[in-house]
Parts: sequence; structure tokens; C-alpha cells
Amino acid sequence: MCSMLPRLGPPLAIAVLAGPILFGLAGTILPAFGYLPALGGTGFTLAHAEKLLTQPGIMMSALISLAAGLVTTAVSLGVVMLFIAGWAGTHIFSRIQHLVSPLLSVPHAAAAFGLAFLIAPSGMIARMLSPWLTGWERPPDLLIVNDPTGLSMIAGLIVKEIPFLLLIALAALPQVDLPRTRALAASLGYGRVAGFLHGVWPPLYRQMRLAVFAVVAFATSVVDVAAILGPTTPAPLAVRLVGWMNDPELSMRFFASAGALLQLCVSAAALLIWIALERLGAAMLRRLRRSGLRFRRDAWLRRAALAAMVTAAMTVLAGLATLAIWSFAGLWQFPDALPETFTAKTWMKTAPRLAAPLSVTLIVAAASTTLAIALTLLCLMRENETGRVAGRRALLFLYLPLLVPQAAFLFGLQLLFVFTGGVASLPALVLAHLTFVMPYVFLSLSDPWRAYDRRYEAIAAGLGKSRIATLLRVRLPMLSRAILVAAAVGFAVSVGQYLPTVLIGAGRLETITTEAVALASGGNRRVIGVYAFLQMLLPAAGFAVATLVPALVFRNRRAMRV
Amino acid sequence: MADKQLFLDGVSIALNARVLVAVTHRVEVGEVLTVMGPSGSGKSTLLAYIGGFLDPAFSASGKVFSGKEEITALPAEERHAGILFQDPLLFPHMSVGGNLLFAIPPAVKGKAARLALVEEALDGVGLAGTASRDPDTLSGGQKARVALARVLLSAPRMLLLDEPFSKLDAELRSQMRELVFAKARTSRLPVVLVTHDEADAEAAGGRVIRVGQ
Amino acid sequence: MKKLLLAAAAFAAMTLPALAGEPDPEKWQEVLADARGETVYFNAWGGAENINAYLEWAGAELEKRYGVKLVHVKLDDTANAVAKVVAEKAAGRNEGGTVDLIWINGENFSSMKRQQLLFSPGWAEKLPNWRFVDVEDKPTIQTDFTVPVEGLESPWGMAKLVFFHDSARTDLASLPKSAKDLLAWAQQNPGRFTYPQPPDFIGSSFLKQVLSELVADRSVLLKPVDEASFDKTVAPLFSYLDELNPLLWRGGKAFPQNYPAMKQLLADNEVDIIFAFNPSEASSAIANGELPATVRSFTFPGGTLANTHFVAIPYNAAAKAGALVAADFLISPEAQARKQDPQIWGDPTVLAISKLHAADRARFETLDLGVATLKPDELGPALDEPHPSWMDRIETEWKRRYGAAH
Repeated sequence: MCSMLPRLGPPLAIAVLAGPILFGLAGTILPAFGYLPALGGTGFTLAHAEKLLTQPGIMMSALISLAAGLVTTAVSLGVVMLFIAGWAGTHIFSRIQHLVSPLLSVPHAAAAFGLAFLIAPSGMIARMLSPWLTGWERPPDLLIVNDPTGLSMIAGLIVKEIPFLLLIALAALPQVDLPRTRALAASLGYGRVAGFLHGVWPPLYRQMRLAVFAVVAFATSVVDVAAILGPTTPAPLAVRLVGWMNDPELSMRFFASAGALLQLCVSAAALLIWIALERLGAAMLRRLRRSGLRFRRDAWLRRAALAAMVTAAMTVLAGLATLAIWSFAGLWQFPDALPETFTAKTWMKTAPRLAAPLSVTLIVAAASTTLAIALTLLCLMRENETGRVAGRRALLFLYLPLLVPQAAFLFGLQLLFVFTGGVASLPALVLAHLTFVMPYVFLSLSDPWRAYDRRYEAIAAGLGKSRIATLLRVRLPMLSRAILVAAAVGFAVSVGQYLPTVLIGAGRLETITTEAVALASGGNRRVIGVYAFLQMLLPAAGFAVATLVPALVFRNRRAMRV
Repeated sequence: MADKQLFLDGVSIALNARVLVAVTHRVEVGEVLTVMGPSGSGKSTLLAYIGGFLDPAFSASGKVFSGKEEITALPAEERHAGILFQDPLLFPHMSVGGNLLFAIPPAVKGKAARLALVEEALDGVGLAGTASRDPDTLSGGQKARVALARVLLSAPRMLLLDEPFSKLDAELRSQMRELVFAKARTSRLPVVLVTHDEADAEAAGGRVIRVGQ
Repeated sequence: MKKLLLAAAAFAAMTLPALAGEPDPEKWQEVLADARGETVYFNAWGGAENINAYLEWAGAELEKRYGVKLVHVKLDDTANAVAKVVAEKAAGRNEGGTVDLIWINGENFSSMKRQQLLFSPGWAEKLPNWRFVDVEDKPTIQTDFTVPVEGLESPWGMAKLVFFHDSARTDLASLPKSAKDLLAWAQQNPGRFTYPQPPDFIGSSFLKQVLSELVADRSVLLKPVDEASFDKTVAPLFSYLDELNPLLWRGGKAFPQNYPAMKQLLADNEVDIIFAFNPSEASSAIANGELPATVRSFTFPGGTLANTHFVAIPYNAAAKAGALVAADFLISPEAQARKQDPQIWGDPTVLAISKLHAADRARFETLDLGVATLKPDELGPALDEPHPSWMDRIETEWKRRYGAAH
């Protein structure tokens, strides 16, 4: 039996990753052209697409989405690139790395709320500076959050994408020989940054490329961050799209599908432009190389990169702290820097209502993570059996759910679940989450799994142990820390899912995240504080478990520590 | 006991149609067959083939017999081919005693009997009283001896040695060599040793096959 | 052929009892018996904590008294619940739907009624507690935005547009008394007023209030939109907004997304005037520590919009009996009195106090409506809501003009 199971791993994984996307896209694209027999659409027409293009501000919405995707990616990638270039291998680097890594698990919505509470005219920063510096007795009439060009939204995305790209880069870094390449470049007289850009960056970027594409796709189609920080006149495409998907009019289903198709086109266009930018960047690097310029005075650039990195991390942390304060605030008038009184009233009033969403959050996260871990282990065991490591195509499958905009295929998937009666059921929701949890679990577990010294297995076999005994008593215990960390990553991803939960849970299965975003429009900062704080707490608890349990179990086993 | 001799019948291992190792040889109990070759020559693949854990990337042919039984088609765990690598590879999540208990065949019943075997084995390699220790707190030489005790406790039919002394310093190396060969002789095991150290081959004293030259 | 007939007969046999099994509110004991053990998914706007807490209480009482489990499905827009029913109808799910009860009125009611998505025939006037409902003095209970209710939804609360200000910062005498006044006030106080972004319900209601005040002939609004004269009818509204919007908070480039967000702006001293559809909203916000105790209400002497909000049951609801019991409980004197308490929610009752038994009457008479709540005789005249088609057209026009403007 245990020899059959791993064989099922790769096909199952592909079904989990690609199945929902294929069915979902079909369920989106066909209605976009008028084909949806259940609603009486049996022919093909361009009428819905044409109606879409007559919507007020539709081009503006699409442009904002496109720009947000490109600017977010360019800035966050730029900061990460320059930071690694300037600081990799230093003490500061490892310290920043420890500061930034946990931020990856903070759900996007919580980070966005934190930022909003920080930078709004009545936010924490204005309070800290008023009235002694600014003279403001009342909040200034400044358009910061929800600004029409989407700058706050882009900022909110950047502070979250920086940790993501940094960790992806860190994972790829061991595969390029940074210290020796740097020494070589330095011996040729190149500055730290220039040497990195010429010698290390091109192979490093090749390793990170799919992750960067995922950032482009995500930032062009994000819903929760855009709903919290994004412009409203008009809103970015994905936000309007979700509005149309929920419109009571029957005919809007076709129209919303056409919108989802437009979203797909916008994300694809952003990716194409990004690829063109890649070419341009590579050409510029080539020209620079030919010029032989050394750029030895790059201290300012290194410092700027460090400052940007620290600012991004501190922004998220300060935002989270502000959320926590609001959740315990009594009356807190502008421009007081702290509330007049602290009270647990909001927590106590909210607590009874937390039980249901909290249990759905935990059940769905635990189930989807467990399935993802099991599937990943089967795939990796299969890899060992066949001796073939999953190649580029497998990697593409893994990234598929991150590359196709969620709004573009989840709507069709929801329609599918409605027709099969599976909508708003726990298994359907777990399955939808699994599609997004799986890539992260696989990416985080595959490296430690592959790095495992397989001679331990040869030894166990030589001792007469069966494969299943070897797996259960040697390999899994030795990889327990890596498995738990991968589980914590998967758990965090599931907790942070907004759109899949809203669409597949159909409002009847609510999680802490959907509750928090639903409250966003209400503007009750205290209650938002409670939900967003919890949103951040859950993944943190997951990581604490992942670190503490092995530390406790293996407290007398020195080699099991990191 | 004489039926535990190891017979390699026309064993040939190739990578991309290039033959790395080809050997036909009978290794008597207590005898050592030494395979010499530079690193990267593929000499270790012979051990992997005998042990049953050859990477699928290699193609191999030939038969392996332990005594009268052909073991070529058996899964690794049924071949009882005890192996020692250049690293001791003690399981880091088990205590020293745990490593040894793990190796004792299930046929030995009863906690007391199994623990007694562990103590006896540790005593046999000069490490009495270390059963409860964390293996990572042992010295390199101690670890190597625990690894040896572990493999012997599993009642193997043969001993496969993959450069097991190369990471030890000179003095420890000769001690360890003597210990391993002595144990193999008293346990009446056929031994295949893969190494690039001429001194190993000399100490082993058996036939030497050179590959990759 | 025979087989086909047999299959058809079997199918009929399977479906008929289901149809015959629809609960009948006139046989209330049977409804109560059917309802026991049912779970009612109540789809209601979930953006206000005090309302959520009230529904929490109602759910606990329903469970205790009738064995009905009430689950509040929190919406940010009622249209989402309507969309769910639409999707289910499209998917052929004519039974066992996911929505059992919807908090609804106006546009959404009209849309569901037109598409025959509501549990019918009319059931609301057959509920046991209907006898207390004030149909005589509250005409909006039987006519929802000019659309006849016909018992397809059960009244829950009353709404009237009122304005709030902080008396510690602004003087009542300086505040506007009409839409025209408001524009003049905004010219003197730029950036200190705003309204929730249409199609938010409160924001759209502000547009209707202005239109009702400025339109040449108010009776036009009680009929469906006439496309030929639409532009001419709404011209005064949009020339008004052209002037007002640049004077708004953030120069009219961003809007609060709903009433609670606008309330936060008053709390943060970002605006001076806000408005709500619930006359005691300010008092409950003070009681909840969300607004300073110095906030007071005012209204336009010329009249403001008034309407009723309801609960309705979709045609395919899975727990119709349970939904009926819940709807009836929501108009019980006890539930209504609790709802009107500003400490709890502060939503005005749909009942006629005079029809109640003495003990129930006392529940209302002892309520402290709060310092910031106007007395019924201070609320001013009520303006009728325009036909729902106006809301839709004005929202579209607003989006075209201001929703995408840069």
C-alpha cells in the first residue's frame, strides 16, 4: 500500500492546483461571452464585453490595477535587490532578516488596516506630531487613505511584498555563490552593489522569477487591501468586480464574468509589460558592464536600501501595535497620542461573536494544511522513488494558483459549486483553500526534504527496517521541524485567505479575515483592532507551535536544533 | 555459518551507457573485498547496488548472492546488508541507546533482553554506560564506534564500508580499522570496502579491485 | 412509455408533499412545531456592532423559547443576499436555499418582488404579533418606497433622516435648515461635510432628500422614472451637487463608505455634520462611547425622508417555519422595546404603543431615549420615498458624473 500511495501524489497535486483554475476559468470565460445555459445563455455574444466598456471609469479602474501591479513589484523587488546587494553576509543583514521573516505571516488585510490606522489624517503619525509640531487641533483635510491614484494601496502592498520577495531571494541565495562572486568582483575593483548586480543578480533573479510574477499578478488583482486602502472614485478593477459578482440582477452574472475576463487581461498585460521591463533592465545591465564603470561610492545607495527595508518592516509593526492599542481604547480623541482610558470592553463585547468565525478559521486552516502536507509528502516521496526532481514544469504548476488572478477564476468556481450544491460547505472551502495553501507548503518543505541526507535511509534499510518504518521512525522525526514550519506557513496562508472564503463560503462560512474585511467599511476602529489583531495572532501562534514543539520534544538532542 | 559468503556474479553498473564498475567475485566470511578508485569514479554505486538503494539514474545488471540465496531482487530492508558511511550518521533524534535498540531485530523479545544487548554492544566498543547520552555530545571516534555497534546489532549478513575511516584522524583511523576488521572476523561477515586510501587496502589484506582508471 | 409515466408519477409524488408542506402562518401552532430545531440564516447588514449584538440577543431568545437557531450572516451590502437567491434560482435550487431571512427594503425588495423571489402569498399580516403593528399612522409599513408590500415582508423598524452635530464645536443656530441652506453652510465651512458614497443606502438617501427638496413637482418621484423627462427632472439635483461636491471633505475626491465610517469622521473631528436614518442613533453612539456626549440632533423643518425597514423570506428558504417564527419574534413588544433602547440599538418601533397591553406599554414609556434624540413631535414632517427606480437611476448618474472623476 505504501508503495502505491506516493504514485498518486503528483497527479493529485496537479488536480488540486490546476483543476479549480481550469474549471474556474471556464466558468468565467464562457459566461463572459454569453454562454451559460443555466441562465438561458446558449449562444455567444460580445454584448456583455461591450456593456462593460461603457461602464463609467472602467479604463481608470483597469489602469489603477495595472499600475499598482507594476509599481508594487518594481519597488519591492528594487528594495530587496539593493538590500541583498548592499548587506548580505553582514550582522545587520541577519538581524533584519529575523525582523522581516515573521511579517510574511501577517495577513494582508491586517497589515493594510495597520497602515490605514497609521497614516490617515487622524492616524497615529498625525497624533504623534500634533499639535506640538503641526499645530493641528483637528485632523487635516488631507486625502491620504483611499487616494484616487492608489498610492496608499501601493504602499500597503509594498510593505507586505518586501518580506515575501526577501524570503524567496534568501531561499535561492545558497544556489549562487555570493561570497566568492563578491570577492571576485571586489578584487576587480567593483563596488559592493555593482559587483552584486553584475555577478549575482542575474542567476538569483532567474531563481525568483516565478515568485516575482506572482507578485505582479497578485498586486493587479488584490481585493482586500484595495478595499481597505485603495481609491473609491473609481475603485480598482478587482474591487468593482466583486461588487458586480454580488449584484442582485441576473444579467449581471454575465457582465461580472466579462469583468473577470478583463481582470485576467489586465494581469496578463501587467505580466507582459513586466517581461518587457526585464528585457530593458537586462540590456541596461549589459551596457553598464561594457562601460566597465566600477561604482565604488555606493555607500549612500546601501544606506538608502537599508532605510527602505527598515521603514517597511517598522511600518507593519507600528501599524499592528496601533491596531492593538485601538482594540483596548476607551475614548480616544484627536490629537491625543494615546487613549484617555484603556478598557477590555471591546474585547469582551466581541468575544462571544468570535467563536464561530474562529472555529471555521481553525478547522479550514488545519484541514487544508494537513491535506497540503500529506500531498506534498507524497509528491516528494515519489520524487525519491523515480529519482527525478520536479522540474520547471512542475514549478509552473505550483505557481499557477498564484499567477492566475483569484477574482478571474474563483467566480467561475463559485458558479460550479452553486450548480453542484457544494457552495458554502466546509469541504468545498477546504478544497478552495488547499489550492492556495499547497504551493506555499510545497515550496517551504521541498528544500529541507531534498537536503535530507538519504544515507540515513540506507542505514535504516541495512538495519532491516521496512520503508514505512524508516519513514515514520527516522525521516519524518528528523524533518519534524521543517514539516511543522511548512504547516505553520500553510496555516498562515489559509488564515489570510479573503476572496476564496467570501466566494466559496458564500457568507455562511465566515473566518476572522472575512469578518475583519466586512467590518472595514464600518470604520469601527476598536472592533477592527480586535479582528485584525487576532488575524495576526493566529499565524504567530502557528509559528510558535512549530518552533516550540520540536524544541521541547528534542530538548536533549543537540543536533536537532537549528 | 559458512553459508553467509557474498557472491557478486557479473555485476556491472553504468551511467549513460558508460560502465563504472564491473565485477565478479566471491567474498568469503571474514574476508574483505576492497574497491579502490578516485572520488567521483562511481565506486560507491557498487555498495548501493549490493545494499539495494542504487539511484534509479544508474543502470545495473548482474546477480548478488548471500550464501545460496539470491538477494538481487529483494528490497533493501530484506537484504540485511549492514552499511557504514564515512559519517557515523547516528539518528540525531534518538539517544545512543535508542540508536542501538532501533537496530536490534524484533525477534529479540522483551525489554530487558533488548536493553541487555545494548549494554553488551556498548561495552564491546568500549562505551559502556553511554546509552542515555545524546549522540551529538560524543566525540567523533565515539560516534564511529556507536555506528559500528549499531550495525553489528542488526545481525547483518554482510558489511558494506563506504570510506568509513576517511574522516578520522590518523591515530583513530588505524584503531578504528582494526576494530572493524576484528569485529567482522569474529562475527564471520563478508566485507566490501570502498576507499581511496591505500593504507585501508593494505590493512584489509584481501583482494583489491581498481575502478575509474 | 409506461416507465416514463411511472417516473413522472414518482417525481410528482416526491415534489407535491414538499409544496404542500409550506408553512401556513394561520396555523401558528403547526408553524411553531415545524420551526423547532430549524436553523435560520438571517442575512443582514453586519457593519454595526450594536445591531450585531442585538441580533445575538434575539438569537439566544429564539433558541430558548422556540428552539430556533438564528445565525446572523453579516453582509456589507444587502444586494449580496439577493444575489445569492438569484444564483440559486439560476442553478435550479428551488428548495433548501441558503438564505432564510433577509433584512430588506426599497430597491432590493422591489427587485425580489418583481423577480418572484419571495415567499408568497403574503404572510406578514398573518403573524400573531401583527395586531400590534401601527398600520394607521405609519403608511410606509404597507407601501415600501411606493411599492405595495402585500404582506411579502414584515416590518422591523422605522427610519427618518436626521442630522447630528457636536454642540461643543458648532452652534445649533448656525446650522442649515434645508438642502439649500446646507450648500451655503458648506461654502462657509469647506471640507466639513460629506455623505457616504452612493450606492451606499444612506448616501443615496441623501441624494433623494436633496432631489425631493429641489424637484419642481414632487409627485413625479412617486411614479417610476420616465426616461424622456429624467434629465430635466434631476437637473436641479446635479447642478446642486456640482457646487457642493468640491466643498466636501477631501474635496469630494473620496467619500466614507457608509454611515459608521461617517460617524467616525464626526468622532475624529474631521466633519461637523453627519446624518442617519435612525433618530436615536446619536444617543446610542454616545452610550457606546463612539461619539462625545455633546452630540445633538436636528432636522429640516421642511421635512426629511422617512421609510420602514423589513424582513423578508426567499421563496426557496430552507427554514421557512423558523423564519416566520423569527419575523414574528422581531415584532413582539419585548423585542421592539429592547430595539428602541438607545443603550442597545435605538431603532424606532413599528408598533402602535396604544395597541399594547399595559405592561408592554410600560416597557416603551420607561425607555430613556437619550439626550441626543429628538422627540417624535420635533422630528418634522415626513417626505415620501421616491419610487425605487429613481434610486437606481440617480445612483448610476452619480457614478457616471462623480464616481470615476479625476
